[in-house]
Amino acid sequence: MKNKTKYFAYPYLIWMVIFIVFPCLLVVLYSITTKDSNGLTTIHFTLESFKKFFDPLYMNILWDSIFLAALSTAICLFLGYPAAFIISKANISIRSTILFLCILPMWMNMLLRTYAWMTILGNNGIINNILSFFGLPRLNLLYTRGATIMGMVYNFLPFMILPIYTALSKMDTGILEAADDLGANKLIEFKKIILPLSMPGVISGIVMVFMPAVSTFIIPQLLGGNKSMMIGNLIEKLFILNGDWNFGSAISIIMMVIILISMAIMNKFDVDKEGGARLW
Amino acid sequence: MSNAIIELNNITKKFDGETVLDNITLSVMKNEFVTLLGPSGCGKTTTLRIIGGFETPDEGKIYFDGNLINEVPPFKRQLNTVFQKYALFPHMNVFENIAFGLRIKKMDEQLINSKVEKILELFNLKNFGKRRIDQLSGGQQQRIAIARALVNEPKVLLLDEPLGALDLKLRKEMQHELKAMQKQLGITFIYVTHDQEEALTMSDTIVVMNEGIIQQMGPPMDIYNEPKNAFVADFIGESNILDGIMHKDYLVEFLGKKFECLDYGFGKGEKVDVVIRPEDLELKPAGKSKLEGKVKSVIFKGVHYEMQIVVNGYEFLVQSTDMATVGTTVGLTLTPDDIHIMKKEVIL
Repeated sequence: MKNKTKYFAYPYLIWMVIFIVFPCLLVVLYSITTKDSNGLTTIHFTLESFKKFFDPLYMNILWDSIFLAALSTAICLFLGYPAAFIISKANISIRSTILFLCILPMWMNMLLRTYAWMTILGNNGIINNILSFFGLPRLNLLYTRGATIMGMVYNFLPFMILPIYTALSKMDTGILEAADDLGANKLIEFKKIILPLSMPGVISGIVMVFMPAVSTFIIPQLLGGNKSMMIGNLIEKLFILNGDWNFGSAISIIMMVIILISMAIMNKFDVDKEGGARLW
Repeated sequence: MSNAIIELNNITKKFDGETVLDNITLSVMKNEFVTLLGPSGCGKTTTLRIIGGFETPDEGKIYFDGNLINEVPPFKRQLNTVFQKYALFPHMNVFENIAFGLRIKKMDEQLINSKVEKILELFNLKNFGKRRIDQLSGGQQQRIAIARALVNEPKVLLLDEPLGALDLKLRKEMQHELKAMQKQLGITFIYVTHDQEEALTMSDTIVVMNEGIIQQMGPPMDIYNEPKNAFVADFIGESNILDGIMHKDYLVEFLGKKFECLDYGFGKGEKVDVVIRPEDLELKPAGKSKLEGKVKSVIFKGVHYEMQIVVNGYEFLVQSTDMATVGTTVGLTLTPDDIHIMKKEVIL
């Protein structure tokens, strides 16, 4: 029986090889070859693309991307943790309503959601119209770094709230009563029991927000304009505008390595070995 | 009155309009082992949670050492609880779990160390300090839960069915250990259980509860031998409960026969409940007793045989070291002090 069931996995295995492993190998191949060797017969291996990335110009873009993503993640955490906490404490009917509202925007395409923010923040957008209605000066909101950060926080906040909420809501109320019984006031209870026990949720929230944030290109392009070039924009530009697939692939590989390393670091902090609240 | 450490005065509690506790009045003396006993849903756990501060009563007053504590939150009460599911902190090791209460009191680190080590030794868990909670068996977790509460040296320890999850042998061991510990440490224990044997083994006082009302309160011997009503008789040990009529003092009729008994003070011809313990019925050969019946079943229970014997349509439960054969007719005899007469409960 056991030997036969493994055949059921084969379609998925084939799927994964065709759509995940093969493209990854192609990216690796592009990253270590030169542009001129794109012919079928001749392949020239080189690490030139990787070397090129260590130019200060590109390094600055990398650091800036990491900085913006980290800042958005931090803002998401500071907004998301209290939100998740309040939701988990709310009574059951309110709780499902709020959760539904959290998930609702995700039913829409991210591109559309981001376009919506353009009409809110734009020079003739809703906010500026309201300001001018009251006779206040118009603000330059769109195409700023602030707009990029706001867009990322808005788009990725649910990914922070949901895992933290899961960790908080599966917490045994008996444990909190025990802490109360042993003399812990609400503050100590939060510091010593609730916060440590919700750490797995916090960690998966950080990963789930940081990963898409560091590699996003739609949000900085639409909301940040030319002011903030993030690593995702750079890769997109190299592939679409410049046609430099080799350099683009090299940067993609570097990004993957960075994400893998940050995931490994986060794993170290994960106390809950059973990984109940982890989403990956 | 000065000896009472906890007093409940006319406590009433409702959940969603349903009365869970109905006018409970109870005092617990210092160093007493009190057991709240009753079937599930009788309000015993709610009573314990009100004492612990996790529920507030709708009506009535709670006193701790003479002080009103209705409004005092749990973390300010000088008592500790052992929870039914232990509620140990999963992210801390055994040592940290036990030290939790002491750390909050900002006790000196060295003192914490010696206190925790001492209690670990007391519970035969000397080298378990560094263990993680999920590496422990149910019995060990249970000891840690008790140790975590006791290390704070509370005046009163509340225990909510702490032995419920353990197997029979371990449960018996722990019953004796807990009782010994309670005597040794001189702490008041308030213990909740639905296990009548556990209650009889450990308690100084048993409080039998049903449907939010205290049915009877007293030492185990009194509760067992002189149950106040049919519910208590049935719940504490197994009982045969029959309908009877009191003809006069010391004379009762049931199953069409008249029996001498030790009870008096009932009205003439008053309908009563007659309670007979299964171990009090004695098997005799047929033809010599007032009660004769057919043996319906025999089950071997280890120490004794448990038999169902049908007499005039009433199925008696009989426990005896003698065995009868299924299908035969046997006689049953009783002495007057085996018959317990109780006033009929008004059926609600």
